[in-house]
Amino acid sequence: MKVAVLKGGRSLERGVSLRSGARVEDALERLGHEVLAIDVGPDLVQRLVADRPDVAFVAMHGVGGEDGTVQELLEILGIPFTGPSAAACARCMDKVQGKDAIDEAGLPTPDWFAFNQTAFREFGAADALGRLEETLGFPLVVKPSRGGSSLGVRFARSPGEVPQALVSAFSYDDRVLLERFVDGRELAVSVLGDKPLPVVEAILLEGDRYDFEARYEIGRTRFVCPAELSAEEERAVTEAALGTYRALGCSGFARVDLILDDEGPWLLEANAIPGLTDTSLLPQAAEAAGLSFEQLVERILDLALHPAAA
Amino acid sequence: MAEVPEPTHRRRSHAGTRDLERYAGLFAERTTVMRSSAMRDLMAITARPEVISLAGGLPDTSTFPPQSFAAQMTRIAQESAAEALQYGPTEGFEETKDCILEVMGAEGMLPDPDDIIVTTGGQQGIDLVTKTLVDPGDVVICEAPTYPGAVPVFCSYQADVVQVECDEDGMDVDVLEQLLGELRSEGRRPKFIYSVPSFQNPAGVTMSFERRQRLVELARANEILVVEDNPYGLLRYGGEPMPPLYQLDGGDFVIYIGTFSKILSPGIRLGWTVAPPPVLEKIVLGKQATDLCTSTLTQYFVREYFAERRWQRYIEDLIEIYRERRDVMVQALRDNFPAEATWTEPEGGLFIWATLPDYIDTSDLLAKALRADVAFVPGQAAYVDGRGRHSMRLNFSGVTADEIREGVRRIGEVIGEQVELYGTLTGEHRLPAEEEEPQPNVVPFRKAEGA
Repeated sequence: MKVAVLKGGRSLERGVSLRSGARVEDALERLGHEVLAIDVGPDLVQRLVADRPDVAFVAMHGVGGEDGTVQELLEILGIPFTGPSAAACARCMDKVQGKDAIDEAGLPTPDWFAFNQTAFREFGAADALGRLEETLGFPLVVKPSRGGSSLGVRFARSPGEVPQALVSAFSYDDRVLLERFVDGRELAVSVLGDKPLPVVEAILLEGDRYDFEARYEIGRTRFVCPAELSAEEERAVTEAALGTYRALGCSGFARVDLILDDEGPWLLEANAIPGLTDTSLLPQAAEAAGLSFEQLVERILDLALHPAAA
Repeated sequence: MAEVPEPTHRRRSHAGTRDLERYAGLFAERTTVMRSSAMRDLMAITARPEVISLAGGLPDTSTFPPQSFAAQMTRIAQESAAEALQYGPTEGFEETKDCILEVMGAEGMLPDPDDIIVTTGGQQGIDLVTKTLVDPGDVVICEAPTYPGAVPVFCSYQADVVQVECDEDGMDVDVLEQLLGELRSEGRRPKFIYSVPSFQNPAGVTMSFERRQRLVELARANEILVVEDNPYGLLRYGGEPMPPLYQLDGGDFVIYIGTFSKILSPGIRLGWTVAPPPVLEKIVLGKQATDLCTSTLTQYFVREYFAERRWQRYIEDLIEIYRERRDVMVQALRDNFPAEATWTEPEGGLFIWATLPDYIDTSDLLAKALRADVAFVPGQAAYVDGRGRHSMRLNFSGVTADEIREGVRRIGEVIGEQVELYGTLTGEHRLPAEEEEPQPNVVPFRKAEGA
């Protein structure tokens, strides 16, 4: 089969995407497929039209590749592709949209408020901050609405730290959200074709929980898979993750991030195209389920070509 | 002769070479401190052709006359091809050392040629000195901020890196003295103090004469080595020349690292280290183990180049170019950066260090700047402990005056947006930069930063 691997692009997560893509290409070659590696740029449509791949493996992260843009193009060109649909990608990428959908589905997500820059610049939204802070309490988390990984995600421990955190978050997107901080265990559930994979727990060894760097550096975060959970916890976590996956309309695969505290799971977001590098969580979870990386890649392709088989 | 079959695979000949798990168990412990960071990922984006990059540290090699380069290489090919293509002594050729003596002589140093080893760039000097002196856990002291390229070297030998604050006069020797006292009371003896005293990378500051004297005295009194890295000493655009630490000390406790990279070419990878004989002996053994000898070919090139006796004129040409670019950058900063920003006005070297209000994180700012197709080095790269978050390093040597103006304008614009937003968020409305009086003399560092 001729498989186009879409990677790179101009997003801030270009580096991670290139590593994901390279690893997928290797696996595809080992599986005997014809690989067409494409570092996504202005010639994308030309290349896809000229080379007519049977299927596209989207290994892009962040804006452009994970937000539905590339997926829309593939839908228009009629090329089947891996991972969720354009609409689902757009919902996952935008944390505000994502949390709305999770909330509407009746699933627990930490309280939040969303703002765009215009609200602050033109409508004096700063004057409303005090009231929100009272509702959410401290510490609270400030996130860019659309942003991959933990880029621009900041803790604010006191009211004085909120403006600075907002400035950081607004560096990545025009819309940000302030979210209640839930102190608990950080879990990730990867879903592969409607089936949950073993739960991964991220245990930060040093530094802040939301330190972007720590998550991508070997040695600063320890990942445990399967996470040590009671049967009841595991059921609650897995059900919540599957519910989120469906609420966002995901298909193929996705990774749901959540926090588990005494009250149960709190859903944060779903990643439409989780990383596929050698330190990424989806491959680790697949391995714990007995799937090698090649088997994982093959399964993802299958799901793209035969969605009903999920 | 049998025909070699065409390789059948594009990159690697067998499967699975990219899977970390297959090799992870084999890695040495020191690799855990060799970090591939998110920031490095961001920096990779700066390589896009449409980005004006003030993030580099490149000297301008475009003015080196190609005819002269061609003539020198031709002469080598015609007269000494066999020797130039052969191995050479680990210490380097005597003729190369003669050139080094000329360069060091231009800054008032007169080392014994036997104390010199020719290295593959100054960077190898840093590596060899660390390899020779540092056991895992040993303390290495350096400036805060320090040369970002030195940090991975120290870390790869598992040094415990301690940084001493800099101000406009270079490393704060009072703080250093206090630190040495504290370390002594803990029973720890630092192996060396790494310093770029002249036109420091990244801060652009130059250590004052008084501090140089005190640093050398402290080294002598405590019997600690100072590693003086001096790539930019001859690139002075203003002010009075300052004696190198090596000259003040006479070479007892100062190890000197020099390079042809900034005065001729970084591509030839030619530098040198001067050390006391017992230390040098170990460094030579280390070098032998690493790469046997420095490129013979480029040593021949330097010999030919120096024989033309125009090397100092070339530096004068570079100084003219870089001085203009520095002036353009300083003016652009005055025109475009907010009133609360401070920056160094270096008398030489390649870099300006700018510090922004403490609510601006320069790593986040870089993400925004990249959308405006401009890049810089976030200050964090120059610290081992996460400080430097509000500062940035700007290079003016490898970009044209027009690129500097446009690049700084774009950075100024994204900073302006942040400043305005912060003002809106806190109710403090600030005046735009152009309405403020330009600051005649700037204070480069916010001392209490990020404690």
